[in-house]
Amino acid sequence: METPLTRNISPGKEPPDLVQYEKTGGYAALRKALRMSPAEVQAMVKESNLRGRGGAGFPTAQKWSFVPMGDDAPRPKYLVCNADEMEPGTFKDRLLLEGDPHQLIEGIIISAYAIQADVAYVFLRWAYKLPARRMERAIAEAYRHGYVGKNILGSAYSLEMHLHVSAGRYMCGEETALLNALEGKRANPRAKPPYPQVSGLWGKPTIVNNVETLCNLPHILNHGAAWFKSLSRSGDGGTKLYGASGRVKNPGLWELPMGTPLREILEEHAGGMRDGYQFRGLLPGGASTDFVLTEHLDAVMDFDSMQAVGSRLGTGTMIVLDDKTCPVGMLLNLEHFFAQESCGWCTPCWSGLSWIEQILQDMEEGRGKTSDLELLESHTHLLGPGHTFCALAPGAAEPLQSGLKYFRDDFQRHIHEKRCPWREHGHGMQM
Amino acid sequence: MKSAVPGVNTATVCKCEAKVTTIHIDDRPYPAKDGENLLQECLSLGFNLPYFCWHPALGSVGACRQCAIKQFKNEEDKRGKVVMACMTAAKDGIRISIDDSEAREFRASVVEWLMVDHPHDCPVCDEGGECHLQDMTVMNGHVYRRYHGRKRTFHNQDLGPLVNHEMNRCIQCYRCTRFYRDYAGGRDFDALVLRNQVYFGRYQDGVLESEFSGNLVEVCPTGVFTDKTLKRHYTRKWDLQTAPSVCVHCGLGCNTIPGERYGTLRRIRNRFNGAVNGYFLCDRGRYGYDFVNSRRRIRQPLLRKHGIAPLQLASKRDALQLLGEILSSGARAIGIGSPRASIEANFALRTLVGRDQFYLGLSERDSRLLASILDILKKGPARTPSLHEVELADAVLVLGEDVANTAPRLGLALRQAVRRQPEKMAKKMGIPLWNDHAVREAVQEERGPLFIATVADTRIDDIATRTFRGPPEELARLGFAVAHALDPSAPQVSDVSNTTQALADAIAQKLKAAERPLIISGMGCGDRAVVEAAANVAWALCSTGHAAGLCYAVPECNSLGAVMLGGGSLENALEALDDGAVDTLIILENDLYRRTDAAMVDRLLAAARNVVVVDHIEHATSAKADVVVPAATFAEADGTLLNNEGRAQRFFQVFVPGNDIKDDIWGGIAGDIQESWRWLRDIMVSVGRGDEARWPSLDDVTAACAAAIPNLEPILRAAPPAAFRIEGQKIPREPHRYSGRTAMHANVSIQEPEQPGDPDSPLSFSMEGYPGHPPPSLIPRFWAPGWNSVQALNKFQDEVGGPLKGGDPGERLIEPLQGKKVAYFQNVPAGFKLRAGEWLLLPLHHIFGSEELSILAPPIAELSTEPYLALNPDDAVDLRLAAGDDAQLLFGPELMEISPGFPEEIPRAYWLPVRLKPELQRGTAGLPVGLPSPGGLAGIGLPAFGKIRRARKENRIEEGRHE
Repeated sequence: METPLTRNISPGKEPPDLVQYEKTGGYAALRKALRMSPAEVQAMVKESNLRGRGGAGFPTAQKWSFVPMGDDAPRPKYLVCNADEMEPGTFKDRLLLEGDPHQLIEGIIISAYAIQADVAYVFLRWAYKLPARRMERAIAEAYRHGYVGKNILGSAYSLEMHLHVSAGRYMCGEETALLNALEGKRANPRAKPPYPQVSGLWGKPTIVNNVETLCNLPHILNHGAAWFKSLSRSGDGGTKLYGASGRVKNPGLWELPMGTPLREILEEHAGGMRDGYQFRGLLPGGASTDFVLTEHLDAVMDFDSMQAVGSRLGTGTMIVLDDKTCPVGMLLNLEHFFAQESCGWCTPCWSGLSWIEQILQDMEEGRGKTSDLELLESHTHLLGPGHTFCALAPGAAEPLQSGLKYFRDDFQRHIHEKRCPWREHGHGMQM
Repeated sequence: MKSAVPGVNTATVCKCEAKVTTIHIDDRPYPAKDGENLLQECLSLGFNLPYFCWHPALGSVGACRQCAIKQFKNEEDKRGKVVMACMTAAKDGIRISIDDSEAREFRASVVEWLMVDHPHDCPVCDEGGECHLQDMTVMNGHVYRRYHGRKRTFHNQDLGPLVNHEMNRCIQCYRCTRFYRDYAGGRDFDALVLRNQVYFGRYQDGVLESEFSGNLVEVCPTGVFTDKTLKRHYTRKWDLQTAPSVCVHCGLGCNTIPGERYGTLRRIRNRFNGAVNGYFLCDRGRYGYDFVNSRRRIRQPLLRKHGIAPLQLASKRDALQLLGEILSSGARAIGIGSPRASIEANFALRTLVGRDQFYLGLSERDSRLLASILDILKKGPARTPSLHEVELADAVLVLGEDVANTAPRLGLALRQAVRRQPEKMAKKMGIPLWNDHAVREAVQEERGPLFIATVADTRIDDIATRTFRGPPEELARLGFAVAHALDPSAPQVSDVSNTTQALADAIAQKLKAAERPLIISGMGCGDRAVVEAAANVAWALCSTGHAAGLCYAVPECNSLGAVMLGGGSLENALEALDDGAVDTLIILENDLYRRTDAAMVDRLLAAARNVVVVDHIEHATSAKADVVVPAATFAEADGTLLNNEGRAQRFFQVFVPGNDIKDDIWGGIAGDIQESWRWLRDIMVSVGRGDEARWPSLDDVTAACAAAIPNLEPILRAAPPAAFRIEGQKIPREPHRYSGRTAMHANVSIQEPEQPGDPDSPLSFSMEGYPGHPPPSLIPRFWAPGWNSVQALNKFQDEVGGPLKGGDPGERLIEPLQGKKVAYFQNVPAGFKLRAGEWLLLPLHHIFGSEELSILAPPIAELSTEPYLALNPDDAVDLRLAAGDDAQLLFGPELMEISPGFPEEIPRAYWLPVRLKPELQRGTAGLPVGLPSPGGLAGIGLPAFGKIRRARKENRIEEGRHE
């Protein structure tokens, strides 16, 4: 089984520096790309069927295709690497940032070349201190060796690259809010259309790509689209970093073929549930995806299959719920997070999520009412896509709507017993 | 539009590009503007679609989600999807539903969410009764409360004397920041924090810096920002008696709605006029009204017996009798009019004294400046634009005028004008202009050309392409150089520096490249060459095929109206008195001490045997009068004013003065306040000249004026005559919910008094009358069923955001002659030369303080500046002066620009604290103009040379060096 993304990564050790990276074939893909036309690079990535790894799964080459090209295109154009990994339960980009920064840099340059960007930014989560140091060092190395800067490797192509450490909000993971934050403004999302490809950073054509997406590019360039597709066990090309957290025996992160079945990830790689804990369900791709239950475990983890079982692949990093954890408490934890991270722009999000949080809090503290279930239920529809300005609130509604469906009895018990059944004497979590 | 240039629909130029298309709302076809947002179209079609964050002047941002509707793919699609009307373009054949149950339920949820944290404190909220949030809550049918948690609370800030802050009521619609920052360019106010705790305020307590802060009161859909001055004498909207009025605090003529109760003026609100002020007023205009309630009001006639005794209260009859005696015993009277009095009042005075005995009430310098401006505008070919047209200009040169202080609303218009060129970038990207944030993100900091050449820094410098600083002659020379660069047949400027020439070329190039170039100047720096240079630039553009606008700021509400009536200057008046041909002065609404040098006014007043003052406030001039009669303010009178655009606008009486219950209770005298023109009419009657003044109502004065002065004839059409009726009814000044009319005076008398009549206008002082929409110039307030807030305005427009139904009010009097050959001004001034030991003193204007009436309003006085002397820091060093030090300023006849008739006199000295102003050129110094006496320097004619010395604590004076 090939693991191109993590081949250079040894957790706990220093990442390869530029020379070591070159020794393992690093920057060969960039050399190859520079000999191709941007259109050829785009065509190759299109052929590979690479889909965005940030969670939405939008085909990367298609995203690029909306960028105005040619001499008339507005300048400068920007490529932004979205490294603002803040989705609860998600730590896949961190591994790539810490473990092999040059792989990411090479991917950024290739992506930038494909759209003929003039400037690249790495927008990094504020809490990622170690990745910040490593990226900074690697970017400096890349500059020194002529991979970034004027006339890269003697070609006519030039690219500036900057690391920007975010001030720290979940909202910045949304690409247009990220652009506002990068401009020094409030991290509120922008209206779409216009899309960033037309009017992005500082009003110029901009592409925002996820870290993992970008890291795939050198390998596609090196080995070709057919090879990339052959890595996968499903229609979506390549490998995927899958992760698991919760009370499993072996929580962690694994690079596996795209389309690996859920059960395989949970049981073989994560080692199944810890002794004494029963599996109740999981969020397959971070906090803003719907719960799946035991009966869904044979589904494969790719974009389309997870939708078929009523959830989303998301970031591919699952959060596992066990029988000794209160599902209402878990949802309260999540909805508190989403309510707190609402940028305060659109009413359903800033007000609706706070209300949801309040209701769940009341339930956990034994003040729940039957009518609250109706309120929660209605909010999962009212916060649906199209009702809100961006995807934050619809994402927050996903675990809630499936939680209400799958764990209804647990909600009822909270209301009828006027306490959280998982808490002793109404306070303190029973472990 | 009734009167603009043929073919130019001034109010809708920016909107008429869109073609009309058909949209389907709930399965019925309607016409709509292609590409316009659906909220605007639905509202324009008369649908009651609720909204919060959208504002016709601010565009769409999609934040509040209140205007949700259903959109269907086609006729077969029955499911559809919820979209926001404000963020969806009207396209041909689009099918939407407002009535769809899912859309309706979602809209109800939005208001429920907004109410989650709203305190429901309507009974104690100043917004209650005119609250958009109340209206929308009712419209959405949200009546039952399901949220039982705690509400979030905030600390409220002290934002200064104008705007009250009550953050708990906030619904996070972002309109306030979008107006304050995006639209008006304010910097000290923003949205802070996130989630349901977004805080709209300053980084700490303090006076809001923007001179447009008062608009927050109307922009906010609920009671977060309310009128702090109204709070001191609070009245609900439905209890206010209101009438259409015009602002009297500068020359722009913004339309206002003053509101009165119990005989005091309570507040001013914006009155939309699409061609003039649109949706916004400046803070001077909104908050300057309290002079009407001032203790300095003259409420009764005052007479001085035997020439020396103090002024004593007298009855109207005694006053008129005395005036009759004076004027019929062979007195030779001259009349001094006023640019702050209405055309009718000035005309009445002119009629009383005779055309040749009528004087303008301005210094020679100001008279000439105004006459020159009027002449330039009449001569053409450059046309003077409306304020709305200023917003449409795509390249602007400001020459000599600090518009942010002399004509603030014009500055706000310029903030919109600089968006015109960048908007083209957004259009190219396919972004509709209503998509406000998308447009702003696309254009970022790009701004269209705006060049500002002034004596010192201005508050709109932040949007300028380039600024240029210099004394007036240098500003004029820059203007002349631009004109010459545009048209070589315009006079050349000798000895121009390379940098000035390069700037002139750059300005010329940008103006030439623009579609709607505009030149702005005015009387602000007191220099005729500047006024003429601005004309040359505009004319050079016109003569080379560019339709340039030319806009002059004039200082007072009827400056142009007064100058159209004609009449000599105060210097001329003094000559007439000196000749001995005259012994009586009749002064109309004018404090001469603000007009010219005090010594000259002293002489003028001393030379007259009888001084008669007709005015509404006491001032230095009235204090020296022998007879003072109490005139009505704008709020107690009707009349016509001519704004800087030459637009004649009628203001209507809001209330009957002296009808004050307090007078009844405390035994005061009801007062004899009446309109100035009525006083002058009564005087004519008392001297047996009633035949010449058969003026039972204002219409008769207006008609007489139009007949006597043909140029003023269009003022007849500024508003419908007093006899105008709709369905036989007058238009009520009081809302139909006006409360307590029968009880207001019940503690004094249980007899319900008859409502006062109004012979002067089609408005009535009562609740009864025509309940529908009156003609646009007669709208006393904006209200519609279900729309109690100011947003009811939507119902008064054919297209929301466009002109009022029936056309925006006002009649333009000045349209330039076309096709004549341009006759350029040839007098290019010499460059500024430093004088050893002397400084050229330049006028510095202050929005709060420089205007005579508004400073009588306590909150404006609180914000005004103390007198000071502004120096270039290098000059200050030479003078060994630092900021805050006292300087002595010396004026004298040998130093002053001598006007004819200027008296011999010793130099006068002022002690003033020094302020440093780096943008003042060396050799010039700045003085704040118009501040009230004492020590306020009012009446000093500027620019003028003066000496500056360092004043030590022990008043030892050292000669200033100038190197």
